[in-house]
Amino acid sequence: MAPAETPGRRDDGPRWARLMAAAQDGSQADYARLLKEIVPLIRAVAAHHHRASDRVDDVVQDVLLTIHRVRHTYDPARPFMPWLIAVARRRSIDALRRRIRTEAMEVRDETSYETFADPLANRETEGREAAEILAGAIAALPRGQREALELVKLREMSLLEASAASGQSVGGLKVNVHRAIKALRARLKGEKDG
Amino acid sequence: MAERVDELIQRLAGDAGPVRRLRPPVTRAIVWLLGVATLSTVAVLAFADTGLFMSRAGDRKLQLELIGTLLTGIAAIVAAFHLSLPDRPAVWALLPLPPLVLWIASSGYSCWRRWLTFGPEGWSLGESAECFGMILAVSVPLGIGLFLVLRQARPLAPVPVAVTGGLGVAAIAAVLLQFFHPFDVTFMDLGVHIVTVGLVILGSAASSRFLKAA
Repeated sequence: MAPAETPGRRDDGPRWARLMAAAQDGSQADYARLLKEIVPLIRAVAAHHHRASDRVDDVVQDVLLTIHRVRHTYDPARPFMPWLIAVARRRSIDALRRRIRTEAMEVRDETSYETFADPLANRETEGREAAEILAGAIAALPRGQREALELVKLREMSLLEASAASGQSVGGLKVNVHRAIKALRARLKGEKDG
Repeated sequence: MAERVDELIQRLAGDAGPVRRLRPPVTRAIVWLLGVATLSTVAVLAFADTGLFMSRAGDRKLQLELIGTLLTGIAAIVAAFHLSLPDRPAVWALLPLPPLVLWIASSGYSCWRRWLTFGPEGWSLGESAECFGMILAVSVPLGIGLFLVLRQARPLAPVPVAVTGGLGVAAIAAVLLQFFHPFDVTFMDLGVHIVTVGLVILGSAASSRFLKAA
């Protein structure tokens, strides 16, 4: 079997050190060979920290990119294996930390991702979104208009009751309700078009 | 999955030209320190009161303090260059600790003697404001210069590099301060020194992401 299939055999280190030195001098063939041969070892290091195979694969690619970025820091007078394992372990642990951090920040809300072929099935989510948009639009109205709309239309008070509750005149309430509805219509139309 | 890795390897190999290897970290640290020593010598000869410094140079506790500070600076800079490389162990971060202990102990002893001699005046705010300003004014350009050299290694763990580098430049600034600060330090001065060095280290650690950006 090719050496690439065995992660980190005893005699790999000196050969990989020679390949890396040649790669540093610009040999693309030696570099490609080295990267291919070290993949199983990188995969073994990544598998130590990550279980899912797609994550292991992501770490392998990240380590290869990192090796490419820092290959000038390898000193051919020193052993290659500790350098390689240090890079692989560091990036693998960084990926683990990133994942833990991301998972700690994420909030799982199953309903927000649900969408079905039948439009009626999505009504709950869409209805909640529409209610939020409407509440936002009402909150953005000037105080007089908001008050008039809430008392007359939402609480269904008579104009006289609303006038007594708000201190606005009956005429003022009528004007404010009219203006509020006009403003909401314009704003919601904007939301829909935007 | 394996295909993606193979594609990446082909792409990286196709993109790979010859690279210039970094010189060993001790060599790089010595070159940087020699550059700083040259600039510092010029600055001291041009601006410091060397006569006053020489008159105090025979003082054993000042010598100890100076040696402790200088060794802290050198050890921290050497440690930072080592830590910037992937395969150097984290224990390099401990290298500046012994001289740091000597620096703090000798400064503390100096304050204590001043307190015994002068009583409550030993607690007074001596030349603290100037010390604070000078350590910061020297540390910031030195720190920027150091970061520019350290980031050539593209450190994978930049925080320890930045912390030891910050300690190094703050200690070098404190050495230079001795040439411009011809007085024994009070406890307050020592406190200000420690806070200033701490601020330089914190600032350096906060800027550590710039080490990765090269």
